[in-house]
Amino acid sequence: MSPAGDEARVPVLDVRDVHRTHGSGPAAVHALRGVSLTVHAGELVAVMGPSGSGKSTLLALAGGLDGPTAGDVHVEGQRLGGLDRRRLAQLRRRRIGYIFQDLNLLGSLTAVENVALPLELDGAGVRRARRLALDALAEVGLPELGDRFPDQLSGGQQQRVAIARALVGERRLVLADEPTGALDSQTGEAVLHLLRRRVDAGAAGVLVTHEARHAAWADRVVFLRDGVLVDSTAPLGDVEQLLTGSGR
Amino acid sequence: MSIRHGLLALLERGQMYGYQLRSAFEESTGSTWPLNIGQVYTTLSRLERDGLVRSLPESEAGQRPYEITDAGRADLALWFATPISRADRPRDELAIKLALALTTPGVDVRSVVQTQRAATIRTLQELTRLKYASDRPEDLPWRLVLDAMVFQAEAEVRWLDHCESSLVRHRPAAPAAGHDPAAEAVERTDERARR
Repeated sequence: MSPAGDEARVPVLDVRDVHRTHGSGPAAVHALRGVSLTVHAGELVAVMGPSGSGKSTLLALAGGLDGPTAGDVHVEGQRLGGLDRRRLAQLRRRRIGYIFQDLNLLGSLTAVENVALPLELDGAGVRRARRLALDALAEVGLPELGDRFPDQLSGGQQQRVAIARALVGERRLVLADEPTGALDSQTGEAVLHLLRRRVDAGAAGVLVTHEARHAAWADRVVFLRDGVLVDSTAPLGDVEQLLTGSGR
Repeated sequence: MSIRHGLLALLERGQMYGYQLRSAFEESTGSTWPLNIGQVYTTLSRLERDGLVRSLPESEAGQRPYEITDAGRADLALWFATPISRADRPRDELAIKLALALTTPGVDVRSVVQTQRAATIRTLQELTRLKYASDRPEDLPWRLVLDAMVFQAEAEVRWLDHCESSLVRHRPAAPAAGHDPAAEAVERTDERARR
């Protein structure tokens, strides 16, 4: 559960001194004020903070869904601000997976069709897209349910389909905004387990959450307050000390 | 904790004698931790021996006030700046610490809250990593023990979040002393947050 490798490698996500202001003049809202964040392959970073602290804005900037007012966002060394719309859309489809509380599954498509959709949009052949989608559904523990429609699945299963869609193909950056939503604690934990496993397999992940128990799945937790990064936990080291005195 | 640090925090408000310290201590801790006067004087004499407080001349009424020294202030600042280990918490030191932080001049309460939150989340990360590594069926009893620790730590973080949002919304009532260190502390915290 810790990032491997040397310090010199290019981070998957590199957010540099970003500002995001909505509106202008006296009504301007400064959602982010000079936030920097670096996430390497194999690393999961959780972002915590009270409502309105800028967590979701940061995630939207990291995924190229929104642009900063100032500062830069780089994904795998590419500056998002330097890409035209077509190349930005392509990068988002191929390299970035999004998991939101609102699942956005299309009700008229089966689970496997939902998962295959981004690949098909990206020009993959139908058979290849279906094969990769089935692999992704197997990864999230739903190998048998690919032909069901979303309304034939439980809430937890629908969330797994949404995760499979975020992980399908070669996504190197997985962005999750309160991904456990209204799921019960066991199902929510299974979702985090999947995210953790994908990161351990080499992706980089950012998890926005207000739940400390969920943030604890991350290697590093950063805290936002009023659009500013105020604190960060150090990467984990030896946990044996914790057990001394805990009575195992 | 640290009756020591409790008394140092109270003396940071201004000089006090033994009985005043006892009642102020009990007031600060919501009477959850009653002190006898013997404990107060024993602690004061140890603090004086260690150079953290000094005794002043007796008043006409025969009361001997104490005041905090610079070394005492440094010791107090260190206590506020250092997170409490979960392994060593016989009473709810954290709740008492926050109650005192709120009424002690010069303490940035939101910073005390954040220091503790980061330390507790780190504990949660460590517990979660242990859980992640224990997913065989025969690990279940151990995993549930870990869950107990996880939920306790989570409860603490939720309470800290609650404290922070309360700090932002409400200013506490002024304590008995002449000035209002609580309001000043909140003001300082607000100011820091605005920067």
